[in-house]
Amino acid sequence: MTATPTAAAAQAAEDRMDDGTLDIARQRHTDAKRAERKLGLMLVGPAVVIMLAVAAYPILYAFWLSLNKADLRQPDANKFIWFDNYVTVLSSPIWWTAFGVTMLITIVGATLELIFGMLLAIVMHRTIVGRGLVRTSALVPYAIVTVVAAFSWRFAWTQGLGWLAPENSAPLTEFWPSIGIIILAEVWKTVPFMALLLMAGLALVPEDLLKAASMDGATAWKRFWLVTVPLIKPAILVALLFRTLDAFRVFDNIFVLTSGSNQTSSVSMVAYSNLIRGLNLGIGSAMSVLIFITTGIIAFAFIKFFGAAAPGSDAEGRR
Amino acid sequence: MQPETTNRKLMWWGVNAIVLLYAFIPVLWIVSLSLKDDATLNDGNYFPTSPSDDSYTAIFNNSDFLRALANSIGICIIATLIAIAFGTMAAYAIARLDFPGKRTIVAMALLVSMFPQIALVTPLFKIETAVGLFDTWPGLIIPYIAFALPLAIYTLSAFFREIPWDLEKAAKMDGATPYQAFRRVITPLAMPGIFTTAILVFISCWNDFLFALSLTSTSNARTVPAAMSYFTGATTFEKPTGPIAAAAVVITIPIVIFVLVFQRRIVAGLTSGAVKG
Repeated sequence: MTATPTAAAAQAAEDRMDDGTLDIARQRHTDAKRAERKLGLMLVGPAVVIMLAVAAYPILYAFWLSLNKADLRQPDANKFIWFDNYVTVLSSPIWWTAFGVTMLITIVGATLELIFGMLLAIVMHRTIVGRGLVRTSALVPYAIVTVVAAFSWRFAWTQGLGWLAPENSAPLTEFWPSIGIIILAEVWKTVPFMALLLMAGLALVPEDLLKAASMDGATAWKRFWLVTVPLIKPAILVALLFRTLDAFRVFDNIFVLTSGSNQTSSVSMVAYSNLIRGLNLGIGSAMSVLIFITTGIIAFAFIKFFGAAAPGSDAEGRR
Repeated sequence: MQPETTNRKLMWWGVNAIVLLYAFIPVLWIVSLSLKDDATLNDGNYFPTSPSDDSYTAIFNNSDFLRALANSIGICIIATLIAIAFGTMAAYAIARLDFPGKRTIVAMALLVSMFPQIALVTPLFKIETAVGLFDTWPGLIIPYIAFALPLAIYTLSAFFREIPWDLEKAAKMDGATPYQAFRRVITPLAMPGIFTTAILVFISCWNDFLFALSLTSTSNARTVPAAMSYFTGATTFEKPTGPIAAAAVVITIPIVIFVLVFQRRIVAGLTSGAVKG
């Protein structure tokens, strides 16, 4: 981290002069650095203040609640109980079933979303006819409110009402068909999110580079893996990271599609049941903290895996 | 060369058709449900056989629903504008400037985006009641901004990393201050990214269900997804499939208009000369 270009240029120029002016050059260098710091802090200020106000206190409060026996139905019994809530949750089969269901939906869902998202991004980016039409209509599933889309799928699979419903069975009352429909609803809804972010990355791949690779005899498949993918890695990271974290908190779709019946509850559904329906804030908050820790592990794994491309890491942007 | 071009065009129309089917089949289904009358509602056909506007008449005579529509539009537009302004500033600083506490801020944004929102509902309710923000527009706008900011910061800083920064150096060489370099040189280049992010942020606000449900109590600030759920709960014994479908279609229209308007700007931004130099 030497200096800003201005200061470096100034220094190089002043080096040729006598000793007195060199000090002035150093002074300017420090001033420039100080100005940069000040600007940086000013620019992040508003965002930081809002995030702290809305998230910091509630996060701490949720953690505090998770260490207490806090059952709104028995307010007199409230007391500090250390990690007893965590012991209760972690020894509960309901929690582990929900955890398994959530992991299954997250892994299968995010994998399908990345594959179809990339295909859709390439179509939107490359199509030579009706480009605006394709791009606009591909945004429709993403633009639709999750609850609305979930109702559409639920009605479609409801026996006697829906066009997809089989004659003599109700898929939303059985475990595997339900999981399949939940994943279908999630993937249908979020492929455009992936595709939009990936397409924005594709737009930044220099056309000349692809042409050059083509001249050198690289097939489309090779151009994709050896030129495009390395260049759009930051876009892939952002898209996949956000989708995975979001998928792990899956709530709306399951809520509308099955209400968690037949053991199709996700971890968020179980936490919701304890917080809102059961009014057991201690257990519910402990579950929330566990969900939070799990998503933290997922995010950490992503950033480690992608290394320097992680947002906030230095060097990358300062070429 | 002519036949080859024609074949490629046909091939792409085929691919486009698949995308259109994927995007519209579930949407047309809910539209068609909203147009079915009581007699044919349960016939299981994809298209309505005797279309009627009964469901729409029902929801447009519901003043709570109309008020909720206005709330949704106002709250989401204000939250998006503020989140994008703050997010752009922060993302630029994180991607380009050297200042203390940068890593802490990135980590904090990540924490905010990761935390299960269900756990924030109880404490946010208590705070907003205490300071008088409960059941008001700012009471929803502020949390929406907070939860949109991590998405805005991450997406935009990924864009900022790909921008040709030599232009900024050139501007500074020519005597521009860092702020001028940001405002005059980099911001126009970043516009495609900013518009893409604006769409994502608006949709995430429009989509919210949990906060809208738990931080409002009357039609004063209740947005459509929450209003729809009350609307659903109103008839306990008979599921109001038709009205749910009609309400679903109505709240889909503003979003489609919004996407149509901004889509042009995104395409223009992405294909303009800025990126290719």
